[in-house]
Parts: sequence; C-alpha cells; structure tokens
Amino acid sequence: MKLSFRDALKESLLSLGQEYPALVVVTPDLAKSLRIVDFKQTFPERYISVGVSEADMIGVAAGLATTGLIPVAAAFAMFAVEKPFEQIRNAIAYPNLNVKIVATHGGICVGPDGATHQAIEDLALMRALPNFTVLVAADALETRAALKAALEHKGPVYLRLGRDEAEVVYREEKEFIIGKADLLRSGNDVTLVACGPMVAKALQAAEELEKVKVEARVINMHCLKPLDEEVLLQAARETGCMVTVEDHTRIGGLGGAVAELLVRKHPVPVEQVALDDQFGESGDAEDLFQKYGLTVSHIIAAAEKAMLRKSSQIFMKERR
Amino acid sequence: MESNGWEVLQLQKKAQQIRRDILEMVYRRQSGHLGGSFSIVEILVALYYKTMRIDPANPKWEGRDRFILSKGHCAPALYAVLADVGYFPKAYLTESFRCVNGKLQGHPDLKKTPGIDMSSGSLGIGLSVACGMAFGGRIKGQDFRVFVVIGDGETNEGQIWEAAKTAAHYKLDKITAFIDLNGLQNDGPTAREMSMAPMAAKWRSFNWNVIEIDGHDFPQILAAVDKAKQSTGQPTAILCRTVKGKGVSFMENQIKFHGTPPNEEEYQKALGELS
Ligand SMILES: Cc1ncc(C[n+]2csc(CCOP(=O)(O)OP(=O)(O)O)c2C)c(N)n1
Ligand SMILES: [Mg+2]
Repeated sequence: MKLSFRDALKESLLSLGQEYPALVVVTPDLAKSLRIVDFKQTFPERYISVGVSEADMIGVAAGLATTGLIPVAAAFAMFAVEKPFEQIRNAIAYPNLNVKIVATHGGICVGPDGATHQAIEDLALMRALPNFTVLVAADALETRAALKAALEHKGPVYLRLGRDEAEVVYREEKEFIIGKADLLRSGNDVTLVACGPMVAKALQAAEELEKVKVEARVINMHCLKPLDEEVLLQAARETGCMVTVEDHTRIGGLGGAVAELLVRKHPVPVEQVALDDQFGESGDAEDLFQKYGLTVSHIIAAAEKAMLRKSSQIFMKERR
Repeated sequence: MESNGWEVLQLQKKAQQIRRDILEMVYRRQSGHLGGSFSIVEILVALYYKTMRIDPANPKWEGRDRFILSKGHCAPALYAVLADVGYFPKAYLTESFRCVNGKLQGHPDLKKTPGIDMSSGSLGIGLSVACGMAFGGRIKGQDFRVFVVIGDGETNEGQIWEAAKTAAHYKLDKITAFIDLNGLQNDGPTAREMSMAPMAAKWRSFNWNVIEIDGHDFPQILAAVDKAKQSTGQPTAILCRTVKGKGVSFMENQIKFHGTPPNEEEYQKALGELS
C-alpha cells in the first residue's frame, strides 16, 4: 500500500496546528503544491505566504522564532534549503533559532520536473550545519511522527520528505525519538541502513535476500543528525558489513554519515546505494531509479558485494 | 518596424500553431505547465520570427542574440518555437519532453537542447544572467542583444531586483526584459498572494526604460522591441499585460492550468478551439 507524503503533511499540520498554538506556517507560493491550503483556511492568522521568495521566507521564519513562535518553513527541498542556504546558516543555524524547515521533493523521486527541482544534496548541506537536527521520513505515518518530534525539539530542525507516495513502512502510530534509529528487521549477515522512501525498498531487498538464505538487518536511519551511533556500531560488530541506501548524492548524505562514524570507531566494508556524482534529469521516477541505480536489485547487488568484501577480509585475516 | 496587416495575420497563425504544439506536448506527457506557456506565445513568436538575430543551423554562433526564459517552467512554449524555427526536429516535442534520456527537459537545459542559451527552472535568476551576458558582449566588443522573459510571480524574488539595479547602474541597454503580467502565480492571483503593484513604477524607479503593452498584440510587441533597441544608457522592461492560458476559453485565467495537464476531454475541447 502506498500513501502520499503531501497528504500526510497536510493532515499533520492541521492537527498539530490545533495542538501547538505557537505553530506558524511560512511558505513561498507553494501552499497548493504542498497541500497546505487547508492549514491556511483553518488558521489564517498563523499562515504567511511570502510569495516566490525563499530567502525572505527564511528571514521571516527566523524573526518569528525570536518572538517565541514555532515557524514551519515549508517548500520543495530545492527551494527550502538550497536556494536560501546561506540565510539558513547565518539566520537560523548560527543563532540557533527554533525554526523547522520542512521540505517535500527530496531526491530524484521528483521525476519529470528534472534536475533543477531534484534536491540531491540537501542532506549533505544540512548535515554540515552546526545546531541543526536532520530528519528524513520514510512514509506517511512517519511524516506525522517526525513533524511532532521536530516541534517538541527545541532548536532548528530540517525534515525531508519525498514528493509523492511512498510504500507504507509503518502501519500504526509510532514514536519518533530524535537520535534513535528504528531497527525494522534483524539479521546478522549484512546491514541495510536506509532513509526516506528507500526504506521500503531496503525491506523488499531483505525479503529477496532471505530467499537465498541471507539474513539482512534493516535500519531506518530517520535521523541523520544526531546519528544513532549505538545501533550502527552494534550492527557493524554483529553483521560485519553494511549497505547505505538513499535518494541523494553519495557525497555527504546518509552514506557519508555512516562512513564517517565507522571509519573512526569500527571500520567494516560499506557499499553505497546512492546517486553518483552527477545531476538527475526529467523522467518518471521509476525510470530514473532504474537509470541511476536506486532499485531493489541495486540494493541486493550492493549487499552481495559488501558480504563478498567482508568474507575476503576474513579470508585474508585467516591466511595471515 | 511597421508591421503590416498580412504579416500580423501570419504571426497570429503561427502563434495558434505553437499553442497546438504546446498542448500536444503537455497532454501527451501528462506533465508540464500550460497556462504560463500560453501567455508568452506571442512574445516568443515575435522574438524568434521577427526580432532576434539568430542562426538555427549554428546555435552557438557567438554573434547571436541571446534569450533567457527565466520563468523556466514555461519551457513548452520555448521548445515549440525552437523546433519550429529549426533548432531540432519537431518529433522531439512529443517523443522526448520530460522523458528519461530526453533532449527536452522539464525545464530548459543548455547542455541538452540546441538553441537554449541558459538553463533555468529556479525562478529569479535569469535577469542576473542576462546582465552577465550583456557584460560579456560589452567586454568582447560584440553587439548582440539579450532578451529575457520573467513571470509576474517571479518578480517576488529579491534577486530580480538585485539584477534590476545592476543592469541600470551599468547602463546595460542591450537587455530587454519582458515581464509577463498574467496576474496569476502558483497559489492564486498575484494581487492576493503577493502584490507587486505598482509594477511599472518599480521598474521606473530602478531607472529602467519602461514600456507597457498588450502582450498578445503583435504590432504592440514589435513596436516596443523597436523602442527598446533605440534606448541608450538604459535597459528596457516591456511590461506585458497577458492572459494565463490564453487561447483556450476554459483555461484562461484559471489557476488549475498553471501546472495541471489537461485530461482527454479538455484536450479535445482545447484542440478544437485552437484549430
Ligand atoms: C525559486 C523557485 N521557487 C518556486 C518555484 C516553483 N514555481 C514554479 S512556477 C511558480 C509560480 C510562478 O509564477 P509566475 O512567475 O507568475 O509564472 P506564470 O504565471 O507565468 O506561470 C512557482 C512558485 C520555482 N520554480 N522556483
Ligand atoms: Mg504569472
């Protein structure tokens, strides 16, 4: 079953708007595209459209936060993060203001609009900012949980969502703890660490691997920062190899975060399922996933490679 | 340049044909922006058929006039015109638009599509790029002109006004900017979402040469372009009153057709109106 990120955002904002009287939505002429028109109608005094001006949106959000309100700046990832990045850095991250940046359209899942609208480096950018917490929701239910966690957290948060629908990973209300990953499946042969809509694909890959007697552990790393080091180090020790899976460039996103940790604390072979160092293009999302290497079979191939590297390491050790 | 009645009729016919091509492209692919494409058809036809110094057989010719579609989401209009003047086969329009491995990206891509002088799609950037091109021509001693089309919603972007002051300060008079005043942006009417009124006064106060016209009227467009050419020491902004969705009655001024492709019934009806 598939559910829409944007419908989840719409509904979560509506109900969280009731729960949090301090929540204010700021958006740059994308209310229709983000389906937050209902929020606008329900809470007109807590909805601000700044027109097509993303830098302005970030400044306005920063100002709102200084008055004690909780601004949610909402746009496509390209326009929420990449267009006004320096404003985010110096007007939100540096003064450590309580702004939540919520973005749909993360990754090449954006499809036909093409490379100018596909944010494939937003996680790398946002991870690099001091003070920021970086979240990625895997599906509709997790969108709601992550948004609530973001509002509960004091400090700047970036929450990345996909464009359209995502295969459901969570069927019941779930708790979202910042800094704690979700262990979705146990196994000791290889660990698949995924985020966003790629989590569902990692689970499918794990099912396929089971058919050939490979037990894959699956972790939803829905919080890239702070990273759940414990769950990753344990997985590295117990499974001895890993595959990171993300709709993002291989530079500086989930794969980067995992590799940075493991190289310091417990090096094991890591394979990345991610975009190579190049831009995407227009096309249906499924065609793009195929062309750019983000399908279930790519995950399986990466898992096999990671396990091969692990066993050749063991072999070499034994020979020595 | 005086335009005679016969010539205007030919241009109008051409505009009608371009609208059919745009409709075909967006309908077949079920993706793309019709409304804002329809509002700039006359501007593009006037530029590419009557105004610009270009050689479609030699798209990278250094002496060519430059064109930037700053409101890049309206690429269908530009693609239809570029195909028609011969930059690439017309078959691309339906075979390649917004498809994987396609030459015609969702938003203009100068590396993939012959005739595109600048990639765009993120609003607000094109006028700065026009300044850079005009500086380039000045430094290299070339006399090409730079045309740029900007959306009215797009003028919300601060960068448009950063570029406006740069162009005026440096007297980049080779720049002609068309502002497509179709009165709608993504979320609704510009007057409600983010009013930029008084638009003409804004450009004047930035020290631009400002001309206000009906953006669907060929004689007015051609006369304005002529005046722009005569402007010395000032860049020109041609403020075009237009209709979003122009040419198809039920699409005109309808926010729905900003980015929603027509269904089959709408397509058939639209095709009827455009024939
Ligand atoms: C920087 C940026 N922000 C947001 C968008 C998404 N977007 C595409 S079209 C549009 C509205 C543009 O309105 P306008 O300039 O009036 O265009 P037109 O009416 O001619 O379609 C928006 C917000 C974008 N492409 N670029
Ligand atoms: Mg407009």
